[in-house]
Amino acid sequence: MAAELHVELVAADRQVWSGEATLVVARTTSGDIGVMPGHQPLLGVLESGPVTIRTSEGETVVAAVHGGFISFADNKLSLLAETAELADEIDAKRIEQELQRAKAEGDVHAARRAEVRLRTVTAS
Amino acid sequence: MGAQLRVYKRRIRSVTATKKITKAMEMIAASRVVKAMRKVSASTPYAQELTRAVTAVGSGSDVKHPLTTEAENPSRAAVLLLTSDRGLAGAFNANAIKAAEQLTARLEADGREIDVYVVGRRGLAHYNFRERTVAESWTGFTDEPSYADAKTVAGPLIEALEKDTEDGGVDELHIVYTEFVSMMTQTAVGSRLLPLRLDEVAKEEQPKDEVLPLYDFEPSAEDVLDALLPRYVESRIYNALLQSAASKHAATRRAMKSATDNAGELINTLSRLANAARQAEITQEISEIVGGASALADANAGSDN
Repeated sequence: MAAELHVELVAADRQVWSGEATLVVARTTSGDIGVMPGHQPLLGVLESGPVTIRTSEGETVVAAVHGGFISFADNKLSLLAETAELADEIDAKRIEQELQRAKAEGDVHAARRAEVRLRTVTAS
Repeated sequence: MGAQLRVYKRRIRSVTATKKITKAMEMIAASRVVKAMRKVSASTPYAQELTRAVTAVGSGSDVKHPLTTEAENPSRAAVLLLTSDRGLAGAFNANAIKAAEQLTARLEADGREIDVYVVGRRGLAHYNFRERTVAESWTGFTDEPSYADAKTVAGPLIEALEKDTEDGGVDELHIVYTEFVSMMTQTAVGSRLLPLRLDEVAKEEQPKDEVLPLYDFEPSAEDVLDALLPRYVESRIYNALLQSAASKHAATRRAMKSATDNAGELINTLSRLANAARQAEITQEISEIVGGASALADANAGSDN
């Protein structure tokens, strides 16, 4: 059995996902980082971006994460985000409309959030 | 039906209608308390992890940050008061406002100028009525606060704290909210939120001498702390908003329950009075009939002779 790490993906108002994983890839402000079991204790600032979790069953969970932190210690990984959505919670059509609207209104942040969500959907 | 009886009947009808309304409000408040409590517990994992992270940075590095350094001579303080938008909640708002007033008085006695920030229409009305200045206020979300609401509240506060005191910034941030202890007990508490005492946060987090690992900070400890502390403050304010909402609903439920009980009692008293009035009416009618009959009999007896 491959080594595992315990992952908790929590948003400000709910727990989004939790379980065992073999690899977690997230985007920090200084670039993408991959965490595998036994990684050294880490605390980093996350960028808006998709987070990929490879579960111990070999499945891949992708989530869109906006602003937050990654912290890893004792084989326990926590992903804290102000908002986080799993790929299958995202409605691609609605987000595309949102993206159009955000671009039309020139709202950079909303457009970025929408883009991240879209990428999350296509990545899963 | 006599006039007296009719008046009682009318009052009973009106009190019954009131009772129905307060009963409904009680039920609604009860279901909202449960919902608000669920939101509190849903937000705990995030708050816990955040506290852990703050502790880790605080103990793993000796970084200085405006949000954690105490001013040498604090001269201005901000007080954030959380009230509700709507009343009908017993002494809920009065207690919170009283706690805020006490805290303000204490701080002013220590020689600090106070900026008041208010959440909720009730608190705002209190300050406006007394024509006292409120630095900033937010209304409209106290029943079901979302994390975005907490962010909008926290934003200007953090900004004020990072500014120099000469430019209208503040040295300290105090928060007054109603803590949800249980369904029956809610207490208004005032506490200092900022500057943060990292050692106190650490104490809260780990009563058992757990040793924190030496973290590798990405990109650097300063940057992490920079990003972490505002989030921590937001999460604390979010938690306070949620507790205040839960407390408000619990207070409403209790107030409406006693209103319903009082209405029931009033209906009992009124129907007793109505019964007495009806009985008096009947008695009077009977005595009139009997009196009339005996007068008639007397008259007949007289004419027979």
